[in-house]
Amino acid sequence: MAGMRPRGSIHGNRALAGWLFVTPAIVIVGLFVLVPVVMAAWVSMSDWTGIGPPFSEGVNFVGAENYAELLGGTGLATRDLGTALRNNLFYVLLVVPLQTAVALGLAILVNRKVMRGRGFFRTAFYFPSVTSSVAIVVLWLFLFSASGPVNKVLSWVWIEGPNWFQDPRGLIHILLGAFGVTAADNPLAGATILGISGWDWISGPSVAMSAFIIMAVFTTSGTFMLLFIAGLQQINAEVEEAAMTDGANGWQRFRFVTLPMLKPIVFTVVTLGLIGTWQVFDQIYVGTQGGPAKTTLTPAYLSFNSAFNNNDWPRGAAIAFILFAIIVVLTVLQRLWLGRTEVGR
Amino acid sequence: MRTRRETITAWAPFVVLIVIAIIYIAPFIVQVVNSFRPDADVVSEPLSLGIGTWTAAAYERLFTRSDFPLWTMNSFIVTLSVTLGRVFFVSLAGYALARIPFRGRGVVYATLIAVMAVPGVVLLIPKFLVINQLGMYDSYSGMIIPLLADAAGVFIMKNFFESIPVAVEEQARIDGAGVFRTFWSIVLPMSLPAVMTIVILSFQGSWNELNHFIVSTQSTELTTLTKGVAQLASGQLSQGSQFPIKLAASLLMTVPVAIVFFIFQKRIMNASAGAVKE
Repeated sequence: MAGMRPRGSIHGNRALAGWLFVTPAIVIVGLFVLVPVVMAAWVSMSDWTGIGPPFSEGVNFVGAENYAELLGGTGLATRDLGTALRNNLFYVLLVVPLQTAVALGLAILVNRKVMRGRGFFRTAFYFPSVTSSVAIVVLWLFLFSASGPVNKVLSWVWIEGPNWFQDPRGLIHILLGAFGVTAADNPLAGATILGISGWDWISGPSVAMSAFIIMAVFTTSGTFMLLFIAGLQQINAEVEEAAMTDGANGWQRFRFVTLPMLKPIVFTVVTLGLIGTWQVFDQIYVGTQGGPAKTTLTPAYLSFNSAFNNNDWPRGAAIAFILFAIIVVLTVLQRLWLGRTEVGR
Repeated sequence: MRTRRETITAWAPFVVLIVIAIIYIAPFIVQVVNSFRPDADVVSEPLSLGIGTWTAAAYERLFTRSDFPLWTMNSFIVTLSVTLGRVFFVSLAGYALARIPFRGRGVVYATLIAVMAVPGVVLLIPKFLVINQLGMYDSYSGMIIPLLADAAGVFIMKNFFESIPVAVEEQARIDGAGVFRTFWSIVLPMSLPAVMTIVILSFQGSWNELNHFIVSTQSTELTTLTKGVAQLASGQLSQGSQFPIKLAASLLMTVPVAIVFFIFQKRIMNASAGAVKE
């Protein structure tokens, strides 16, 4: 490459150099992202058993059969997918708003101009984001163990903490139970979607999943805080001052000046949050393997488990594509809903 | 009265911040302390910080009677290779997309954008299929090569190169330097901030990577820290809770990324302002 000289057809040489420069990146990305997607699409519509190459003579095209079995069936496969979607849905519904709110709150607190030690606080809040998910899960399994530190702290305020990672009870079920509502007298009990009864759909995240929800907020709020701080620093101090001279109080300044100007960042954080929270895998693989009572099963883990542990590759691939579709649809819907405000890079 | 109220309004956010900071830091302090305590004490008194017996038994066991040193070596091999390779390939591609007009550049660019939208966990099964087909399963090449380029890195480099004045390169070209020479000895040295961003991101990314190694390897000799500690967590070390050894292992595996973080934290946290020259 070094031998290329600006003599002769300069443009030809430069064009060739351009292609040479992008080739390694394109080959790697193509081989390990594009080709895999195509291959998995085929596997999800085939009867491949995991033996021999997926593109060979013994492997047959079965159309949408694997998808139909998952989405329209009544068997275990459908119930597992329904359970996984339910678990992940409650995870998303809690983590996305919480991490956005916490990140925004931290950013506003840290960004105050009169504050001392801003650097220290930024570091403290961001540090959990750089550690590996495996290390954090191991720490979490200890913190939330039956006689662990969290329950110890709860006992100081006379609360008897649950055995977090062994507790499959759903939070909403617990709440309803406190008012005497149980599965027996619930009208939703009969309505079944994806093999899961209406009563089970509204269970809320299990106690075990709640520990993972707290973990997600702990590990992601720092990253998103940085995005918000960058956004806050873009806001013109004069605008704030003008609002102040107009007699706006702290809350009004936040609600009618700061928040509207941060809208593009909120959009980015919610988008990244939605994409990330539908991909819960590491925590489950390391921590609970889907238990207790399948209440921490997620589509990503279910897909992996079907393929690698149960050798049902077509089903695993089909679940992965269903998850892919969910993420794409949600991103598009959210884009339409929150408006087409793009964030400049 | 008024001054007192003002004092409270000035100090309240600070106090709130300190409380939150304690909540964020406490788990790590609890982790460090308990990794140096005997098994039984950790279970019975998880919060008695510094009181009672101190022991380095967990660390001794990790280093002398487990595969921990092997996992660490594998993590370093993979992380260093990936980081070096990625800086090179990603900046090459970024430079071409930013500066060299060639036919098909738009298509390449669009492809990379599309690739960034594919969620990682969706690729678990298919990546295994391809790695297996290419005969790279259960080898260093299968662990390293797929991680050698990532679309996001190409974008970071491309954006940075576009912020450098073209005049410098034109001068080099007039002086007779080829495209690669111009890139390698003139543009790249000027791009240190962006290169450092890539170094940090890929070090952190590949050190903390778990699912790619789950689907690309199976033999114990190729186990990395993430995979090894994950196995440890799911209780392969016989009876008991074994909390000290698990906490010690996850603490040690955090040390390299923590070092990189504390050295480069200004740069990591100002990544968005990465275009500032040194």
